Amino acid sequence: MTALRVEGVDVTLGSTHALRAVTLDVGAGWTAIVGPNGAGKSTLLRVMAGLLPPDRGRVVLDGTPLTALSSGERATRLAWLAQQGEATGELTVREVVRLGRLARQGLFGAPSAEDEARVEQVMADAECLAWQERRLHELSGGERQRVFLARAIAVDAPLLLLDEPTTHLDPPHQILLAHLLRRQVDSGVTVVSVLHDLSLALLADHLVIVDRGRLCASGSSRDSTLHRVLIEVFGGAIRVERFEQRWIVIPHIDG
Amino acid sequence: MTSNDARRRRVLATGLGLMTVLLLGAGLAAGSEGWSLPALWRTWNDGDALGIVAAIRAPRTLGAWLTGALLGLSGAVAQGLFRNPLADPYLLGSASGASLAVVLVLAASTLGGHAISFATADALARFGLVGAAFVGALLGVMLTLTLARGAQQTTRLLLAGVVVGVVLAALSDLVTSAAPDALRGKQAFMLGSTGFLGWISCAILAAGLVVALPPSWRLARALDALTLGDDTAASLGLPLLQVRVALVGVIALATGVAVSQAGLIAFVGLAAPHLVRRFAPAAHGFSVVASAAAGGVLLLLADVLARVLIAPDEVPVGVLTALLGGSYLIWLLRRGRTP
Repeated sequence: MTALRVEGVDVTLGSTHALRAVTLDVGAGWTAIVGPNGAGKSTLLRVMAGLLPPDRGRVVLDGTPLTALSSGERATRLAWLAQQGEATGELTVREVVRLGRLARQGLFGAPSAEDEARVEQVMADAECLAWQERRLHELSGGERQRVFLARAIAVDAPLLLLDEPTTHLDPPHQILLAHLLRRQVDSGVTVVSVLHDLSLALLADHLVIVDRGRLCASGSSRDSTLHRVLIEVFGGAIRVERFEQRWIVIPHIDG
Repeated sequence: MTSNDARRRRVLATGLGLMTVLLLGAGLAAGSEGWSLPALWRTWNDGDALGIVAAIRAPRTLGAWLTGALLGLSGAVAQGLFRNPLADPYLLGSASGASLAVVLVLAASTLGGHAISFATADALARFGLVGAAFVGALLGVMLTLTLARGAQQTTRLLLAGVVVGVVLAALSDLVTSAAPDALRGKQAFMLGSTGFLGWISCAILAAGLVVALPPSWRLARALDALTLGDDTAASLGLPLLQVRVALVGVIALATGVAVSQAGLIAFVGLAAPHLVRRFAPAAHGFSVVASAAAGGVLLLLADVLARVLIAPDEVPVGVLTALLGGSYLIWLLRRGRTP
């Protein structure tokens, strides 16, 4: 079981304090990071992934500071999905998903039969197996996002960090994503995702609420105290309601 | 890989192989009187003529292919590394850096009043030019990257490349105005020529290709990963700094060796990867090697044309590649396919 600890992290981007003294423990299950635009959610995820060194503080993965891990070790222990995946070049869907196995094969290694089988499995799970031979630049935004998601899952890392995985996804594929993430969690993977879709975020096990670079609250996504904090950080523009045995968020238009 | 993709790659590989063989033959047959296969056949029975073919046409022909291969390779690596289809050695400052370095060596060689040209440069001078061109190419690329503050901002990168090119060309002019005896050698260098390529040049060019091709091919998966963006590539365990340093080194080596032997030959580094992608789009493992082969074929074709178009005179091969490559890019733009 993977445990990630963020300890007293400060990050300044230009003249903006993107994160201030953020301390957070991420344990087993699915954690959703939410907050208003510019709250520092993606910055926090990039720090967790070791892609952005903090000005102060550190990130510890299973007792080892991220900075003590080599790039190869880190790549096998955590997988990361970008908010806006780039799609230059001439790679096919299969070739992109296969890149998820890079850390396991090594830069100079070749994919094994096991790698190919895994690539095929995750493409099937993310529903992109049917067009595995198409090139990335030929796909729609939603199709491309499913390929990037498959690429991240193909890493088979015990920690999966996803920045806005629902970008460009239509409702059926948002549901597919939720099921996929739940299956990952059931198989022992710790999932952390930044989400704008608050109803989807409430499907996660844990909620982390960030606002203006600070950690406002964290805990169970079913905790009504946390729901009140959520409403507060969004300036009362949302309501959290119970609907068919689950919590949903709706805009509070008359509020 | 679809069967269609695989078929296109096979067709391209076969076509490049066949064209290389045919153009090598044409290069051996092309002389100052035009080109003639029967004349080539007759040289087998004529010791003197065979000597000319072995000493002049054969190394020139092979050298043209090797120079083109180095330029095609560096172009493919540059376009992949900078995720910029407009990146070629000339736009990144490596060629202008190499040019300035070569001009400095030529000027230093003429300080004693003994002008040297590419035709008369001995083996030692050649090795000196190779070293200078390599260092110049490396410094030119570094200067461009420093001015552009990295390689991610396409516009900034291109502007920095243009600025470095202009400034280094001005410095080069300054050197030749102070040492006018170097002007002739510089002019030959700037026009680009395969006419002076001998067996020593071929050995240097082949060594450059042997050194530059394996790391390019081995790092092809790194180039593939970079197409997904820096952060994603880093999250996949790619040591970005080391990979960039290695690939910039490959670009500088390949360009430096090519321009030190044949001068500035335009557009081969830009056009060869585009042609490969157009006929057989593929991951970098294939496109890097195919671009090298396509660069070889392009420059060999230009070299043969340069020899026969206005025989017994010659069109400078660099002028021909600039005309052909420029026309190709204009054609692409007119078709609405921004390269």
